[in-house]
Amino acid sequence: MSDRAITLRGRRVVGGVAEGEALVTRDTISGWGGVNPMTGTIIETRHELRGVSFRDKVLVFPGAKGSSGWSAVFHFSRLAGMAPKAMLFNEMTTKIALGAVVMRCPSVTDFDQDPLAVIETGDWVRVDADAGVVEVLKKAAARKVS
Amino acid sequence: MILSDEERAMLDGGSGPARRKAMELLVRYAEALGAERFVETNNVAGVPGASSPYLNNYYKQHGGSYDAIFSLFDLDSDEIVEVPKMNVHSCHLQGGIDPENWQTLGAKPEHLKISQDSEQAAASHDIKILKTCTPYLAGLVPGKGEHCAWMESSAVVYCNSVLGARTNTEGRESTSAAMLTGRIPDWGFHRDDFRFGSHHIDVQVPVESVMDWGMLGYFAGATVGERIPVLTGRYGKPDLVRHKHFGAAAASSGGVELYHVVGVTPEAATREQAFGPKRPVAEIVYGPAERRGVYETLNANGRDADVDYVMLGCPHAALDQIQEICRLLDGKKISDKCRLWVFTSRTVRTIADQKGYSKIIRDAGGHLITDTCSAIGQALPPETKVAALDSAKQVHYLPAIMGIQAWFGSTADCINTALTGRWAGRAP
Repeated sequence: MSDRAITLRGRRVVGGVAEGEALVTRDTISGWGGVNPMTGTIIETRHELRGVSFRDKVLVFPGAKGSSGWSAVFHFSRLAGMAPKAMLFNEMTTKIALGAVVMRCPSVTDFDQDPLAVIETGDWVRVDADAGVVEVLKKAAARKVS
Repeated sequence: MILSDEERAMLDGGSGPARRKAMELLVRYAEALGAERFVETNNVAGVPGASSPYLNNYYKQHGGSYDAIFSLFDLDSDEIVEVPKMNVHSCHLQGGIDPENWQTLGAKPEHLKISQDSEQAAASHDIKILKTCTPYLAGLVPGKGEHCAWMESSAVVYCNSVLGARTNTEGRESTSAAMLTGRIPDWGFHRDDFRFGSHHIDVQVPVESVMDWGMLGYFAGATVGERIPVLTGRYGKPDLVRHKHFGAAAASSGGVELYHVVGVTPEAATREQAFGPKRPVAEIVYGPAERRGVYETLNANGRDADVDYVMLGCPHAALDQIQEICRLLDGKKISDKCRLWVFTSRTVRTIADQKGYSKIIRDAGGHLITDTCSAIGQALPPETKVAALDSAKQVHYLPAIMGIQAWFGSTADCINTALTGRWAGRAP
């Protein structure tokens, strides 16, 4: 996919390689009280992804907010098999760093271009967190291939 | 990372397998953050090894033991290690079930047993069982500049902003590891340059009551997100309860971990001190329209005026607030259509018992409950459809978690509602 893909470069948060469909939001995500880890679904009232599941998605979002239960709730989502495949985000916080570590979820931040401007929900995204490289195949192109 | 000899020894297993696993997790965490070293801490607040029906069942093949849950979940280890006593001053924050009011909360006896067993195990590891989201009301009061590792966003923001101590919003896993090692990544709020303000909020309407401070906090968090607001303008001298409600709200609508109130908080004698070398990234006004907007947002989940549940004590009620509730009840009985639950810490309830406040609330038909709250414990009175709350934080979470309606108002609005069963709050 690399010859037609858009490439973003960032910093490894948690290593690993994963690929999947992007789920993109411009809203920050609350862990405890904001998601149901047993279903992998966002439950926060007024969140643009309310009712949407992040299971097995490459979650692209500004960052974490809210309760200190962030890491434990996303840790539960890993135990329940509901975790995202990878996480790409802009704003580093202790919540998201610890959450990514205990989810053991390949994660990248500090990008050379804003992933929220480049990636749309439905795009196919390959994350090599060890190298800090993210390749994006746009939705239209991804459909043609499949 | 740069590790001291002692840290290197812990990582190499010289201080036993549990401290090794704890250091491994802390190194992974520090590398994720981009931190280069650790700070030493002797003040840690978390929920170490706390069991729940889910965890107990998930680790059933390991007997659901304290060592199993602490190793596999808290330390994210792939093997079970024997957890020694903590050698750092360590506290347990809120839990799920008040052992004295578990039946009121609708808890099952087997769930109470899980909670009690894990509490006993924590206590036997020299962890102080405070069981509250307000440890600063239960004797845990770090000094200015002290490095801490705390969970609970409303306690974290109080620790940084009001006490001038230093903590990031830590999580369960990092606090449990810090209890064993006395280390936490040197990142974020531990560092001077991270603590300066980012946004200026000019408060143009008078902010005085606890409700006013809660609404301003909710506005501040929604406006600045994870950044650091600096307030100037029309406010008096907020007391502990006002700070508690402001910070809890700001940490819920956004991710505020530190705020500066110029002329009030310890790192903001002046606006210049609060911003340090930084310039505000935004100038924000909190005026009548903003105040109205916050009130409407906080009441967006309220439709039916018949209220069947009034919940107070988020964050856990201070003694002053319990005294105020008793004054407002004024010897009357609450409506038979409505329940009143007030949440606090074990420490404060002990004093409330001695002062006769617990009896006043009980005689009115209410309950004074410790350890938890309706959101943390996911416990409501049977058939609750509509709640009335005096906490912006609780309004933010409870309808989302429990699928109920909620009204937001003052403590007096809420007590009046408990007495009549009808919501009668008004916009300020």
